[in-house]
Amino acid sequence: MAQLILNAISKSFEGTARAAVNDVSLTVREGGFLALLGPSGCGKTTVLRMIAGFEQPTDGRITLGDKILAGDGRMVAPEHRNMAMVFQSYALWPHMSVADNVGYPLKVRGVTGETRRRKVMEALSAVRLEPYADRRPADLSGGQRQRVALARCLVTEPDVVLLDEPLANLDRHLRQEMEETFREFHARSGATMIYVTHDQAEAMALATDVAVMSEGKLLQVATPEEIYARPEGRLVGGLVGQGAILSLRSPYGDRRNLDWIAMQAMMLDLGQGVDADILVRPQDVELSSDGFAVTVVSVLFEGERYALKLALPDGQVLKAYTRLPVKVGDEVRVAIRAGWRL
Amino acid sequence: MSRTAPSGNSQPRWLFPFVIIVIFLFSVLPLGRLAATGIASAFKGGASGLLTDPALWDSVYYTLTTSFFGMMGSVVLGGGFALLLTLFNLRAKTLLGFLFMLPTMIPPQVTALSWIGMTGPSSALLKAVGLAPPLGSPQPLYSVFGIALLYGVQHAPLVYLSLRAGLLALPRDAVEAARLSGASSWRVLNDIILPLSLPGFAAGAAIAFVSGVGNFGIPAILGIPASIYTLPTLIYSKFAAFGPGTFADVSLLSGLIAIMAVIGLAIEERVLRGRDYRVIGLSGQVAVFTLGKWRIVAELALWLSLVVILVLPLMALVASSLAPAYGVPLSMKTVTMHAYEEILFRQAITRTAFFNSIGLSLATAFGLLVVSVLVGYFIVRAKSRLAPVISAIAEIPYALPGVVTAVAFILVFAAPIPVLGISIYGTIWIILIAYFSHFFAVSLKPVVSAFKQIDPSLEEAARLSGAGFGRRLKDIVVPLVGPAAGASVILVFLIACNELTVSALLWSAGTQTLGVVIYNLDDSGSFNLASALSVLVVLMVLLMMLVLELFANRLPKGVVPWRS
Repeated sequence: MAQLILNAISKSFEGTARAAVNDVSLTVREGGFLALLGPSGCGKTTVLRMIAGFEQPTDGRITLGDKILAGDGRMVAPEHRNMAMVFQSYALWPHMSVADNVGYPLKVRGVTGETRRRKVMEALSAVRLEPYADRRPADLSGGQRQRVALARCLVTEPDVVLLDEPLANLDRHLRQEMEETFREFHARSGATMIYVTHDQAEAMALATDVAVMSEGKLLQVATPEEIYARPEGRLVGGLVGQGAILSLRSPYGDRRNLDWIAMQAMMLDLGQGVDADILVRPQDVELSSDGFAVTVVSVLFEGERYALKLALPDGQVLKAYTRLPVKVGDEVRVAIRAGWRL
Repeated sequence: MSRTAPSGNSQPRWLFPFVIIVIFLFSVLPLGRLAATGIASAFKGGASGLLTDPALWDSVYYTLTTSFFGMMGSVVLGGGFALLLTLFNLRAKTLLGFLFMLPTMIPPQVTALSWIGMTGPSSALLKAVGLAPPLGSPQPLYSVFGIALLYGVQHAPLVYLSLRAGLLALPRDAVEAARLSGASSWRVLNDIILPLSLPGFAAGAAIAFVSGVGNFGIPAILGIPASIYTLPTLIYSKFAAFGPGTFADVSLLSGLIAIMAVIGLAIEERVLRGRDYRVIGLSGQVAVFTLGKWRIVAELALWLSLVVILVLPLMALVASSLAPAYGVPLSMKTVTMHAYEEILFRQAITRTAFFNSIGLSLATAFGLLVVSVLVGYFIVRAKSRLAPVISAIAEIPYALPGVVTAVAFILVFAAPIPVLGISIYGTIWIILIAYFSHFFAVSLKPVVSAFKQIDPSLEEAARLSGAGFGRRLKDIVVPLVGPAAGASVILVFLIACNELTVSALLWSAGTQTLGVVIYNLDDSGSFNLASALSVLVVLMVLLMMLVLELFANRLPKGVVPWRS
C-alpha cells in the first residue's frame, strides 16, 4: 500500500465551458479515510472516477506510491489498478448469486476452488451475510445489497477503496448501521478509503480527513475537528457550519476567534474596519437579557428544543436553539458567545 | 502494458475500426455502389432508353396504385383492430391481437398461394363444399385489385402496431380531464383520442405503403400471370431476360424504389416526431370504454374478419396441399399425403431448399448476433458523436425493400473481388452477405435496447474487479443481454428463413431457398407441392412466434414486434 497523490488534476468534458474539476491537488495518507464533501455537481464524483480510471484527467497526474496511474500521456486501465468501489447503485450483477458477486474479483484473478470459497465466506462473514451466500441480489434488501457490495471490495485486499455516495439510497436508520459497518471495515482492512458525499454529518462521522470541494475546486482539506472549528471561507463555512453567516465589518485585523465582547462591538459599531464574514453557530447564540434585540422569524419544535430563526434589525438572519417556547413575531434579546471569522 | 485504449474509454482499440468496417461492408459499399451505377448510367443516357419504355411507366403506375389501395385496406383493417382492441372492453384481446399479427409474419408468397387456393375455379376448398365457380372463369385475384387486397391484409398489422403504440402512449389525464369537463365517451373518442392518434395512423399508413412498394412475393404470384408488373417484379423479369443493359436498368429501377421508400419513411419520421412533445403527463392504459350490447357485435366483426383473412386462406392452403392434383375436388376419398411425401422425401430440390434456408438463416442469425453485440456495445457505450450516425446507417438496408439490397449486392459482386480474384456471384455466399446486410437492423435493435437498460456501473464494477474487455463481455454483458440476444436470433432466423425478395434475385442452381422453391413450384404448376411446402413454413412461423411469445415478458419493450 502506498500514498495516493493527485497532482494538479483537471478535467473538462467536451461541450462544456467550465472545467468539471479544476487544478485539484490532494495527498491521501496511507490507510486514511478521506471524505470528499461538496454540493451536487461540484466535481467530487468526477475526482473519484478519475482515481478509479473511468475518466482520464485532461491535465495533471495521479500517482499511487511510485506508480503513475494517470498523467504524462499514460493511463492505467481500471482493471489494472487494484482498487475497489462501492457504487451508489451498488452495481451488483443480477445474474449471479451473492457468493458469485463477491467472488468475481478472485475469479478474474484466477483464484479457484477452496481458497476462493474460503475468502468469499470470510468477506461475507465480515458483513454478516453468510446465510445469504446462495441468494440472488434481487432477493436482498437495500442495506443487504450495500453490504454485498462492500464484501466484494473486501475480498481482494485492494490498495484503495472508493465509495460513491453509498448511503444516498438508504433510509435514516440503515444509514447509521452502515456508517458503523464502514468504520469497522476501514479498521479491519487498513485500506485507503475515499468516500464521496454531500452530507457533512456523514463526512464528519466517518472520515479521518475531509476535503471540501465546490465548483470543481478544492477549498480545504483537514481533519473533521479542524474543519469544523476553523473552516476557511464562506463556502466551507456554509457547508460544514450549520450556522448562520453574518456580513459585518471587523476592526480586529487578523483575529479570527471572536468572543461576545468583540461580537458586541462589531454588531453595535457598524462602519469600522474591513468587511468580514462571521460564522455564528446556533449553540453559541443564547437568549439573554444583556444581548441585543432580534425578531423571531420562525420556530421549529425539534423535541428536545426549539430551533429558531432570528432577524437582526438590518435583515440578516441568525440561528439559535432554545428550550423556552417563543412565538413568531416575538422580540427577544440574544447574546453571541462566539463567532468565527471565515 | 494492456490492449485497452489509453483513455477512460472502456473499449479495446480494435472495436472502432471493426464497427467502421461492418458499417462499410453492410451499408455504405452496397448502397454507394448502387447509387454510383444508377447515376452513371443515368448520365450515359441509359436512362432515356428506360424512361421511354412504356413498360416502365406501366409498372410505376401498378406499383403506386397497388401500394396505395393496399395501404387503404391496411388502414381500415389495422385501424379498426387497433381502435377496437385498445379502447374497448372486448374479451380475448391478447388472442385476437396475436392472431391478427400472423398475416405479416407469414411470407407473402404463401399468403398469395393460400388466397389463390381460396378463390377461383380450381379451389380445392370451394370444390369440396361445392361452391367453386365454373371452370374457365377467371381467377379474380390475378389483378390490381387482388394484389392490393393482399397488400392490405399482409400489411394491416403494421398499421395496427403503429396506431396501438400511439394509443397506449396517450396521456390518461387528457382523457380524464375531458371526462371531468362533461364529455361523454363518444365525445372523448371523437374530440380527444382520434385527433391525438392521427400521427400513429399516418405513420402506420406510410409504412404500409412502403412495404407495398417493396413487396415481391404477392405481385410475383398474382401479377405476373396477368402481365401486371410492379417495380420489384419488373426487376426480376429484367434479370430473367438478361442483356447488356440489364445492370444499368435495374440500378435505375432500384433507385426509383429506394426513392419511393425514402419518401414514405420520411413521412413516417415526420409525423412521429410530433408524438414526443404531445404526450406530456401520465400515459398508460387509455381509459377503456365500455360497450354494452354492441360488444358482441364488435367481437363478432373482429372474429369474422380473422376468419376471412386468416382461417379460410390457411384452410384453403391445407386443402390444396391434400388434394391429389390442382383442380381435383377434395373429399374423404381423394385426400392424400402425397404432396408432403414428395417434398419431404422425394424431391431433391425441396431438401436442398430446406438445407439452404435453414443453414443461411442460422448462419445469419448467429453471425449477426456477434456483430450486433459488438456494434451495439459501441453505439450505446461509446461517447463518440459518430454513434447515432452509425446506428442510423445500419438501419438503412432493412428499411429499404429487399430488391434494392439484392441489386446492390449483385452490382458489388458481379465482377470478381479485386485483389483476391474470387467471384462469389452465383454462389451461396452472395446470399449470405446480402442477408447479413439486410437483416442487420433486425438483429441490432433488440441488442441495443437491452444494452441501454444495463446500468454502466455494472460493467465498471467488473473493470475494478480486474476484468478486461473480453472477460466483461463474457461474464457480465452477454448474460445480461441474454434474453434479447435470444430474441434477436429467433427473429432473424424467422424472417430470413421465410424471405423471398433477396434470394429471388441472387439464387442460382443449387442455392435455392425455401421462398424461391415455393415460387418456382407454383410457377411450374405444382400447386399442391407449393401448398404443402407453404403449410410447413406456416407451422414453422407459428412455432417460433409462440417461442418468442413465451419469453416476451423477459425482454425489453419493443423487441417482440407484435407486442407493444
